[in-house]
Amino acid sequence: MSGREREAQLIYEKSKPGRRAGRVPSYGLPVPELPSEVRRQTPPRLPEVPENEIVRHFTELADRNFGIDTGFYPLGSCTMKHNPRVNERVVGLPGFRDLHPLQEDEGAQGALALMWELERMLAEIAGLPAVTLQPAAGSQGELTGLMLMRAVFADRGETGRNVIITADTAHGTNPASVTMAGFELAKVATTDRGNLDLEDLHAKVDDRTAGLMLTNPSTLGLFDEGIEDVAEIFHSRGALLYYDGANLNAVVGRSRPGDMGFDIVHYNLHKTFSQPHGGGGPGGGPVAVRAEIEPFLPAPTLVRDGDVFRLDHDRPKSIGRVRGFAGPFGVFVRSYAFMRAYGPALTDMSEAAVLNANYLLARLRDVYDLPYDRLCMHEFVLSARALKREHGVTALDVAKRLMDHGIHPPTVYFPLVVAEALMIEPTETETRERLDEFVDAMRSIADEATRDPEILKSAPLTRPVRRLDEVKAAKHPVVRHAFEPEVAEARIETG
Amino acid sequence: MSIAGYLSLTDADRTAMLQAIGVSSIDDLFEQIPEGVRLGRPLGVPEALPEAALVRHLEGLAARNADTSRELSFLGMGIYDHYVPSIVDTFLSRGEFLTAYTPYQPEMSQGVLQAIFEYQTAICELTGMDVSNASGYDGTTVAADACFIARHHTGRSKVVLAETLNPMVRQVVKTYAPGFGMEIVEVPHTGGTTDPAALAAASEDAAIAIFQQPNAFGCLEPAPELAAAASDGGALPVAHVDLASLGLLEAPGVYGCAMAIGEGQSIGNYQSYGGPHYGFLAAGNEFIRRMPGRIVGETTDLEGRRGFVLTLQTREQHIRREKATSNMTTNQTLLALAGLITLCWLGPEGLRELGETCTALAAYATERVGLPLAFERPTFKEVAFRTPIPARDVVARAREHGVHPGYPLGRDYPGLDDVLLVALTEKRTPADVDRLADVLREVCS
Repeated sequence: MSGREREAQLIYEKSKPGRRAGRVPSYGLPVPELPSEVRRQTPPRLPEVPENEIVRHFTELADRNFGIDTGFYPLGSCTMKHNPRVNERVVGLPGFRDLHPLQEDEGAQGALALMWELERMLAEIAGLPAVTLQPAAGSQGELTGLMLMRAVFADRGETGRNVIITADTAHGTNPASVTMAGFELAKVATTDRGNLDLEDLHAKVDDRTAGLMLTNPSTLGLFDEGIEDVAEIFHSRGALLYYDGANLNAVVGRSRPGDMGFDIVHYNLHKTFSQPHGGGGPGGGPVAVRAEIEPFLPAPTLVRDGDVFRLDHDRPKSIGRVRGFAGPFGVFVRSYAFMRAYGPALTDMSEAAVLNANYLLARLRDVYDLPYDRLCMHEFVLSARALKREHGVTALDVAKRLMDHGIHPPTVYFPLVVAEALMIEPTETETRERLDEFVDAMRSIADEATRDPEILKSAPLTRPVRRLDEVKAAKHPVVRHAFEPEVAEARIETG
Repeated sequence: MSIAGYLSLTDADRTAMLQAIGVSSIDDLFEQIPEGVRLGRPLGVPEALPEAALVRHLEGLAARNADTSRELSFLGMGIYDHYVPSIVDTFLSRGEFLTAYTPYQPEMSQGVLQAIFEYQTAICELTGMDVSNASGYDGTTVAADACFIARHHTGRSKVVLAETLNPMVRQVVKTYAPGFGMEIVEVPHTGGTTDPAALAAASEDAAIAIFQQPNAFGCLEPAPELAAAASDGGALPVAHVDLASLGLLEAPGVYGCAMAIGEGQSIGNYQSYGGPHYGFLAAGNEFIRRMPGRIVGETTDLEGRRGFVLTLQTREQHIRREKATSNMTTNQTLLALAGLITLCWLGPEGLRELGETCTALAAYATERVGLPLAFERPTFKEVAFRTPIPARDVVARAREHGVHPGYPLGRDYPGLDDVLLVALTEKRTPADVDRLADVLREVCS
C-alpha cells in the first residue's frame, strides 16, 4: 500500500489534445459572429479525455473516498445516518428534476404541495407555527434567524439591542453568523454539569441583548436541564431565543424547541432528515418561528388557498430573500420522503439515536476520560487527555488509527471546552454489531497506546495516503493545477 | 414492538443495551429533559408509508408539475434546461461521494478532495482567475460573499449593482448588506445594457461594482468597458457570469475583474425547481485569505506522495469563529462535482460548441419569432421580445398550447410588462423554435 503507485493522476494530466467525450448538437444552423471585444481569445484548458477514461478517473476517486455506505461514520455533530436510496429515486422523477423554478404556480402544484406538507411536519416537530424553507444550509438558517431578530426589534423600535449571547460550547458557525448579521457577540459559560451558567446569564442579559443562540442538547450531547429558566431570563428582558437545530436528532417527538421557549429554530435537513451530505453539501436549513415573527420571514412564503398553493411575494415586512427561488427543492423531496417513511415513529428514530450513544458511552467510559459524567443524548464527548499525559497519544492519533479499523474518526478537538475531545455520534441507523466493532476498535487503540504508542503516531497505515502536511499546504497554497511549470505555485504572502 | 423506518435494533438488542447502560427503560435516558418541556404525546404527522406506497405518493405529486419533459419550455432567467450527461448520474449516485461528509479527515477523503481541486482548477480556467473556493450555495449568495470580501478589502461600504444583474441576486445582496454595514446603489440600463459612464460615476467611493455577462435581459454587456469603469472609480469590478457561456465569451480575469461569480446550474445540474445547485466564486490571488468557504490545496504525505487537504482553514468559522470570513460550513460539493464531470465530458471543444449552438438557436429564434426585439443588442442564449399584449398574458395563453414561451420581465422590471425573455439551450431544436413562433403568432394576434 505504499509507494507512488497509489498516487492518483489529475484528470488534467490525462488530457491529450483532440480527444473528447461529449458532443453537442449543431442542427446545421449558422453561428452568428459575436462582437470581438467580448469574444474569448484563448480556449480554457479543460481536460480532453474520452468517456471511458473519465469514468475510470471518477471511479478511482470514489474508491479513494469513504462514505456512510463504506462504513461506520460516528462524526459528532454531523449526524451521519443512513441515506435511504428511495429518496434518490424520487428526487429523480422528471416532475421534480426537470421543473423550472420560474414555472407558474399553477404548473408547480405538486412541488408546492410537497413543500407545504414538509413545512407542516417541520412546524409540528419544532412546536412553532410558521416555516420558511428558503435557507440553503444550517449556517444560512442561523443568519436568517439573526436577521429576523433584527427586523423584529427594528419593528418594535428597540434598535439598541445589538448583542447576541452564545454558549462557550457553540459551533463556530454561531459566532460567525453573529458577525455577518452585524451583531456583537457575548459568551456565556457552561457549568460543571454541562448546563448554561444561570448566574453568568443573569449578569449578561440586559436591554442591549437581542437574544441567545443555543444548541440543545449542546455540543457536549447534554440536554440543558435549566432551559426553562434560561428562556425566562431572556423573555423577561424582552430578548429572543434562537435554537440551533444541529442536534435536533436527539429529541424529535420527545421535546420541541418551541415548548422549550425558543422563538426561532433552524433545522438541518442534511442531518436530522437524511439529505445525503455529498462530501460537503448540499444541505437545507429551514427556519420556524412564532406567529408574531411570521411577517418577517424571507419572501416568498408559501400560501394555501383551499386546495391551491401559491408563492406570496407581497411581504412588506419581510427581511427579503436569502437565496434564489424557493430553496433547495431537491433537498425537500428527500427529507419529505424520509419523514413520510417514518411517520409518527420519527420519535423512535430519536430514541434509537440516544440509546446507541448511551450504549457506546457505557462501553467506553472506563478506557477514555469522560469530562461530563451524565447520561448523554444523541452524542457524547470523551477526552484523550489521560492518553496524552501518560503515553503522548493525542485525540488526533486515536482518530487516525481508527481509519486502519475501517471506521471514520469522530469529530476531534471540538467542543473547545474539552481538551483532546473526541465527539462521538453513532446515529440511530447502526446495528448493535457495528457499535460493538467500534467499541472493540476504540478499546484496542487505548490498549495500543500503552504498549506501542508509536504505531498510533504513524497511523493511518492502510489508507491511500499517509498523514498529510497541512502546514505546507497553508504556507504555500497550491489551489489549482499548474499547467506549466512557471505557474507551479500561486505563492501567497502569509499572514 | 416492530422496527420502524430505517432502524435496526431488535427488542433483544434494546434490552441488552439498556442493561449495559444500567437503566431500565428508554424513558430513563430522557429523564434529563425537564418534565415541563416534554412532548408527552405522539407526533401529529401523517402515518408512515412503506417504500412502494411512498414512491406511488411522490409520483402522484410529481405528476402535478409541468416539467420541461411535458411542456416545451423556453424559461431561463438564471436557470437553464441544458443537457446533463449520463455520467453525472452515474457518479452522483456513488455512495463514496454521495454519503461522505466534508473532508475534514483527508486520509479518508482523497477522492472528494482531489475532485474539488480539479473543480477549482476548472473554475479558474473558465474565469481567468487565480483561486476558486469549493463552491457557495448558489448564484445569489456568492454575490453577497463578494460584497463581504470587498467590504474588508477596500474598507468602503458602497455596493454598486447594475440593474441588469439578475433581480434575485440583487435581492439577496440587499438582504445581506445591512449586516455588513453596506448600502446599495443601482445603475439603470440604457437600451438593455449598462452605460460604462454611469457605472464609473456610481463607482466613485464604492467597494464593489457587480454586473452580469450576458445580462438578465440576455444582452451582451460591454464587459471590458464596465470593468474598467468600475476600476476607475476605485471599486472592485465583479462579473456575474454563466459557465455555459465561457467557451465563447471572454474570461472576466482577462478583462480586469477582481472576482468572477455566478450560478453553476447551467453546467451539470438539473433545474430541480431552483436547487440545490452550486454557486462559484473565483478571485485574484490577493483575495485568497478573504475567500469564504472551503478551499482545497495540494500537499504531500509522510512518504512524499501528492495529496490534498482543506487549506487556509484559519479563514473559517470552525477556527476563527466571530472573526471568520464567512459562517459557511455546508457548501454544494456534490453539485460542483456534477459541474466538474460535465466540464470533463464537454472539454474545451464541447463547451465552445455548446455556446455556438445556443447563440445559433437564439439567432434563429430572433429571425423566426415574428415579434420586435426589446433591445437592439447582441445576445448569447436569451432573447427579449416586445409583445403586443402583456407578456404575462402571452405566457398564460401559450401554456394552453403546451408551450411555456419564457419569462415575463415585467415581474421584476416595472415598465417592461410587454417584454418576454425567451431562453434557448442546445436541448431545443429548430423545430421547437418553429413551434414557439407559431404559438406566439396565434396568442399575440
